[in-house]
Amino acid sequence: MALPLDYMTLRVIWWALLGVLLIGFTLTDGFDLGVAALLPFVARNDNERRMTINTVGPTWEGNQVWLILGGGAIFAAWPFVYAVAFSGFYLAMFLVLAALILRPVGFKYRSKRPSKGWRAFWDWALFTGGFVPALVFGVAVGNVLSGAPFSFDSDLRIAYHGNLLGLFTPFTLVCGLLSVAMTTLHGAAWLTVKAEIGPVRDRARAFGDIAATGVIVLFAIGFLFVRFTGLGYRMVTAPDTSGPSNPLHTAIIPAPGAWLDNFAAYPWMWLAPALGVLGAVLAMTGLRRGWGAAALGGSAVSAIGVISTVGLSMFPILLPSSVDRHSGLTVWNASSSHTTLFNMLVATVIFLPIVLAYTSWVFKVLWGRSDTRTILASPDYY
Amino acid sequence: MDLSVVDLSRLQFALTAMYHFLFVPLTLGLSFMLFIMESLYVMSGREIWKRITKFWATLFGINFVLGVATGLTMEFEFGMNWSYYSHYVGDIFGAPLAIEGLMAFFLEATFVGLMFFGWDKLSKPAHLFVTFLTALGTNLSALWILVANGWMQHPVGAAFNPQTMRMEVTDFLAVILNPVAQAKFVHTVSAGYLIAAAFVFGISALFMLQGKWTAVAKRSMTVAASFGLLAALSTVVLGDESGYTLTDNQKMKLAALEAAWTPEKAPAGITLFGIPDSAAHTTRYAVKIPWVLGLIATRSIDKPVASIYELVAVAEDRIKSGVLAYQAVEQLKLKPADPDANRVFAEHGRDLGYGLLLKKYVADPASADQATIDKAAWDTVPNVPLMFWCFRIMAFAGFFFIGLFGVAFLMMALRRHESRWIQWAGVLALPLPWIAVELGWVLAEVGRQPWAIDGVLPTSLGASSLSRPELWATIAGFTLIYGALAVVEIGLIIRTVRRGPYAHTGEPAGELPTRLDTPRGGGLDLPVPAPAE
Repeated sequence: MALPLDYMTLRVIWWALLGVLLIGFTLTDGFDLGVAALLPFVARNDNERRMTINTVGPTWEGNQVWLILGGGAIFAAWPFVYAVAFSGFYLAMFLVLAALILRPVGFKYRSKRPSKGWRAFWDWALFTGGFVPALVFGVAVGNVLSGAPFSFDSDLRIAYHGNLLGLFTPFTLVCGLLSVAMTTLHGAAWLTVKAEIGPVRDRARAFGDIAATGVIVLFAIGFLFVRFTGLGYRMVTAPDTSGPSNPLHTAIIPAPGAWLDNFAAYPWMWLAPALGVLGAVLAMTGLRRGWGAAALGGSAVSAIGVISTVGLSMFPILLPSSVDRHSGLTVWNASSSHTTLFNMLVATVIFLPIVLAYTSWVFKVLWGRSDTRTILASPDYY
Repeated sequence: MDLSVVDLSRLQFALTAMYHFLFVPLTLGLSFMLFIMESLYVMSGREIWKRITKFWATLFGINFVLGVATGLTMEFEFGMNWSYYSHYVGDIFGAPLAIEGLMAFFLEATFVGLMFFGWDKLSKPAHLFVTFLTALGTNLSALWILVANGWMQHPVGAAFNPQTMRMEVTDFLAVILNPVAQAKFVHTVSAGYLIAAAFVFGISALFMLQGKWTAVAKRSMTVAASFGLLAALSTVVLGDESGYTLTDNQKMKLAALEAAWTPEKAPAGITLFGIPDSAAHTTRYAVKIPWVLGLIATRSIDKPVASIYELVAVAEDRIKSGVLAYQAVEQLKLKPADPDANRVFAEHGRDLGYGLLLKKYVADPASADQATIDKAAWDTVPNVPLMFWCFRIMAFAGFFFIGLFGVAFLMMALRRHESRWIQWAGVLALPLPWIAVELGWVLAEVGRQPWAIDGVLPTSLGASSLSRPELWATIAGFTLIYGALAVVEIGLIIRTVRRGPYAHTGEPAGELPTRLDTPRGGGLDLPVPAPAE
C-alpha cells in the first residue's frame, strides 16, 4: 500500500510531535510539578496547603497523561530513543518513577487523615514528587546534549557504559536546575491565577520572581557551556532521509560548538532562545504586577522557547553517543517504520484535537480561584 | 548475557505488574458500577443513591490513584528493563500503548477529576455523563493494553526486517483485531467487573452483619448481585480459551495447563485432579472426565487436542528451520542484497525466533548439536505444575462466583437481604477474586514462556544490559515503596469503610424504613406512581 506521506516527511512530523508532547507536558503537568515543589514554602499551615493543593486538585491527573502519552509516543515512533534512554539512564529513571509514584498518592491521600504527622509526610512527598522529576528530566536533557555512553552491536543490542553518577556533570546540573526553575516559575504563575487572593499567592509571586530570574540566568549559563566548553556533535555522513532505521550506517562525531551550526545556517531560529528569555521577562512582570494571565502566558512562552531551542540546535540528531560514532541516533535512523509513523499520525490527528477540546472544557468548568472557605465546607476536596 | 539479569528483570516485572493488577480490575468494574448507581440517582432523584454513589466513589478514588501511580512503572519498565525487547518490537508494540494514552487514558484521567470535584459545578445528567466517560476511558484503556499483550501471545500482522534487525508492522488492522487480544479483553474486563461486584457485595454484607447503614448496604447489595452475576457468567463463558487453538504456543499453554503430556484420542478428557511430574513427563493420580476438554477446546468431537510431546516435536523442526533463518540474517547484515540469503530468509524467516532459542546455550545457533536442540525444544514447555494448579484454582473461583452471585441475585430479588449466611458468604469471598485474577496473569504470562513474543523473541534475549546490583537496587526500592503504599492504602480503605457512607454528612434521622422493604419501584427507588392522597 502506498502511503500518502513519504517517510522523510513523516519522520520530520514525528520529530515535531515529540516537541509538541514535551511542550504539552511542560505546560500542563509542569505547573503541577511546580506547585508541588513550592507547596512547603508558599503554604505554611494546613488550610493554606489544602488551598494550594486544590488549585491543581481536579486537573493533575489529566495533565500527567502528557507524560504517559510522551512515553508511549517515544516507544511507538522512536523505539531506539526509548530503549537507549530508559535503559541507559536506568537508576535515574527509577528515581523519577519513585518520585512520580509518590505524587498522585500524596494528592489523593494527604487530606484523608487529620493527623499532623501524616499530612507533613505527604507534603514532603509532594515536594519530592514535584522537584525530583523536574530535576532529573532536565539532567536527562543535559545528557542528551552532551552525549550518552552507549553503543550498539550488529544485532542492535544496546550496551551502556556509564553509571548514575556519570549523569551529573556541571553542565547537566545547570540543565536540571533550569528545568526546576521553569516548572517552579510555571507553578508560581499558576498559583497567581488560581490561588485565592492572600498570603499564599503573594509568596508564590515572590518565589516565581526568583524562578524567572533563575530561568534567564541558567539559560544563559547553558548557552555559555554550549558555546565555549566543547559540547556538540555533528553528523558527518550524508543523511539517508528515507533509509531503513539502523544507526550503524550513520557517523556522528564530537564537534565543539556544533550545537550552534543550525542557528548560523538559519538565523530565524534565534527566535526560539529569544522567546525563552522574553517569556521569562513577561512572566516576571506579570508576577510583580499580579497579572495572572501575563505570568502564566509568559511562563508558557518561555518554556516553548527553551524546549524548541534544544530541539532546533540538535536537529537532525536525537541522541548522540559519546563512545561510538556509529551508534548515535538521528531523526533519519531511529524512527519506527514508515507504516507505523503513518498509522500513529492518523491516530494523533483524530484524537489529539478531541483531547484538547475536552481538556479545555474541563478547565473551563473548573475555572475560578481555589478558596479556603469552600474547601473547608465540602468533603469532596483534597 | 548473564542469565540472572534476565531472571531478576522477570522477577521485578512480575512483582510490579501483579501489584499494578491488584488495583486495575477494581477500577474497571467499580467505574461502571458507579455509573449504574448514579444513573439510579438521576432517574429516581433520591438522595440516598447520591450518597451510595459518593461512598463507593471515595473507595474508588483511593484504589484508582494507586492503579495510576503503579501504571507509570509499567510503561517505563519496558524501556528500562527490556530494552532489546523495546527495540525489537517497538514498531508494533509501542503503537497500542501510545493510542491507549491518546484515546483512553486522557479520557479517564481528565474526567475522573471532574467526577470527584464537579458535583456542584455540573447538572445531574452532565455529571452522570462525566462518570460514564471515566468508566469508558478505563475500559478502553484495558482494550489497548490487551491489544499490546495479545500481540505478545499471538504476534500477527508483523514481519522481521533484516535491515533494521527488528519486527515491523505489515498489517496494523490485524494487530488491532487480533482474536487473542479480543478474547483477553472480554475475559479481563469481565473479571474486573466481578472483582468490583465482590468488593461492593462483601463490604455491604459486612455493614448488614454489623447492622449499620443498612439502607445503603441493601441497595448496594442488589446492584452488586445483579452486576456480579452477569460478570461471573461472562468471565467464565467468554474465558479466553477461544485463543488456545491459534498458535503453537497457545496450544502449548492449553496442553500445559491440562498437563496433557501424550496424545489422546479425540475428544479429550479433562483432568479434574492430578499431580503433574515435569521430570517424568507424566501426570500421576489423574482423575479425568471424558470428552469435556475436547468439547471446550476444539468445539468439536473429532478434533484432537495437541499434546506436549507432539508440540515439542513441532518446536524441534522449527528450531532447525530457525537456524537457517539465523544464518541468512547474519549474511544479510553484511550483504543486504545477497540473493541466496534473501531466498533462505523468505523461506525460513518465520522460524527465526525458534533459532534464537539456542542462543541461551550457544553463541552461534548453527553450532548447536542435537542434544542442545532437544533441550531448546523442551524449553518451549512452560512450568506445567504451576500452570495446572493456577488454572484449576482460577476456574474454581469463576464457577464459585457464578454460584454465589446466582444465589445472591435470587435472594436480593426476593428481598432476602437479611439472610445471615449470604452476608457471611459475601464477606468471606472478598479476597477470592483477587487471587483468581493474579493466577490468571500467572497462567497467561508463565504460559507464554520461554517467549517474550510468542515464536519471535525469547524472553532471555529481551532484557537490557544492566548489572545485577542495579536490578537488586530497584527491586528493593519497588518492594519498599509498594509495600508501604499497600499498608497505607489498605489502612485508608478500612478507615473509609469503618466511617461509612455518612462520615461527612451525618446520618439522616429517617433513613429506615426504606422503600426497599416494600416491593414497589423494583427495589431500586425508580419513580413509582404517587399513592392517592
